[in-house]
Amino acid sequence: MRGRRPDRWWRIAAPLIVGAVVLALWEAVVRIEGIAVYILPGPIAIAKALWTDGPSLLGSLLVTLRITLAALAAAAILGGAIALLFSLSRLLEISLFPYAVILQVTPIVAIAPLIIIWVQQPFVALLVCAWIVAFFPIVSNTTIGLNSADRNLVALFRLYGASPAQTLRYLKLPTALPYFLAGLRISGGLALIGAVVAEFVAGTGGAETGLAFRILEAGYRLAIARMFAALFLLSATGVAIYLAIDLLSRLILRHWHESAVEEEEE
Amino acid sequence: MFESPAAAASPIVELRGIAKHFAGGVRALDPIDLDIARGEFLSLLGPSGCGKTTLLRIIAGLSRPSAGERRLDLGRGSERPAGQIGFVFQDPTLMPWSTVTGNVLLPFRLVGRIGQAERARAAAEIRAVGLAGFERAYPRQLSGGMRMRVSIARALVTDPDLLLLDEPFAALDEITRMALNDDLMRLWESRRPTVVFVTHSVFESVYLSTRIAVMTARPGRIAAELAVDLPHPRERALRTAPAYAAICAAASRHLAEAMAAENAR
Repeated sequence: MRGRRPDRWWRIAAPLIVGAVVLALWEAVVRIEGIAVYILPGPIAIAKALWTDGPSLLGSLLVTLRITLAALAAAAILGGAIALLFSLSRLLEISLFPYAVILQVTPIVAIAPLIIIWVQQPFVALLVCAWIVAFFPIVSNTTIGLNSADRNLVALFRLYGASPAQTLRYLKLPTALPYFLAGLRISGGLALIGAVVAEFVAGTGGAETGLAFRILEAGYRLAIARMFAALFLLSATGVAIYLAIDLLSRLILRHWHESAVEEEEE
Repeated sequence: MFESPAAAASPIVELRGIAKHFAGGVRALDPIDLDIARGEFLSLLGPSGCGKTTLLRIIAGLSRPSAGERRLDLGRGSERPAGQIGFVFQDPTLMPWSTVTGNVLLPFRLVGRIGQAERARAAAEIRAVGLAGFERAYPRQLSGGMRMRVSIARALVTDPDLLLLDEPFAALDEITRMALNDDLMRLWESRRPTVVFVTHSVFESVYLSTRIAVMTARPGRIAAELAVDLPHPRERALRTAPAYAAICAAASRHLAEAMAAENAR
């Protein structure tokens, strides 16, 4: 019992202290060494840039976020559907799974130019790129989950003459749910990475510019402080996506899955 | 099926020459003939690896014998055994995402529909195994013994003619095990389903059964059969009665003889 409260407190405080110390050191080094703001701006300069360029950067963030979330949703739906097909047909799984792997291991930067040429609509092109990066963890995790049903429960379902649809609905899908959510957690970060990489490759690509292009642009103009500000927004977005999925997963699994159950008082 | 006296006297399970070998030539079961009478409590007693679980799964229809014939007469004129056989595994085998009620309702969900009557049945069954008040608990919130009670309630909820239990209490501590023995005995005495109970405990088998089939391993076969003529209702006091001790001694002797014969071969 003793020591648990301080532990929880430290969990929040310790990283904050580390962050503050690093930022202070950074600011100190920049000032003492007199490093030019177009090479390495200090945290204060970055904060200023965040304040002045914030509104326009937020507009770009929204563009990137839209692609990310759309890609994540597509990855969840299509990834889940593909995993479902795989679990229904072993033949389908062994014939198609290697191609899913190939798609996953080929660097998206290398395929993105092709996709951007082939797909006329820029939003859709970026979406496809982000989806390719994001769908695999969901497919692979959910496939494992769908095949992980307790063998005795499978036997019990057979004993009561359950139809394949019943077995799927009442046994395989619930079993696969934690696996699916774990895949979703990985895919959330990957969708953002995919969207940013695709934007880098695509350039402006139309009337709307995403955050990635703003980073490139800031680099060309040596507006390094703005570059950092955009970078900060991207990281914050990634963290927010992760936390949102984590929360969702805890809410869904809170009653029964060990990963989501609150620690119990001994 | 007509309800003639002859039919009533016919065994609920008839096994003729049931054998099972696994790939690689392992003889799990040598040809076994076994009749199980309606309403009896039969224990399959033997060391681990003697094929008693395999035999139980064959009776349930979960495993196909390599040879021989299995006939079930579940007495309701239906070939589809769904809901007429209850099975309790070594592990509670509950769905962790479902509440106690959800788990106990599973057989109804799979066999047909869940209505008012089925919900009432499930609630009654949960009370019967002593879990009133835990209807909305999830399996992870329960102790091992309580989970096993849920598993038993689930097996009983369809009021099956045939209840198959595969070493259900092997993983429990002695105190919980005895409590569950008593509860199972009470349930059987009040409803008299046909029970096939797999165990490696001599004391448990004698306490619960009306008949014991002693099995030996490599290959699995029934080495001896033993009627347990102890009065009902059976209660705690029986465990210290001389008659109980005498039958335990006899069962142990059969088991020892069978295993000696097996080792001599």
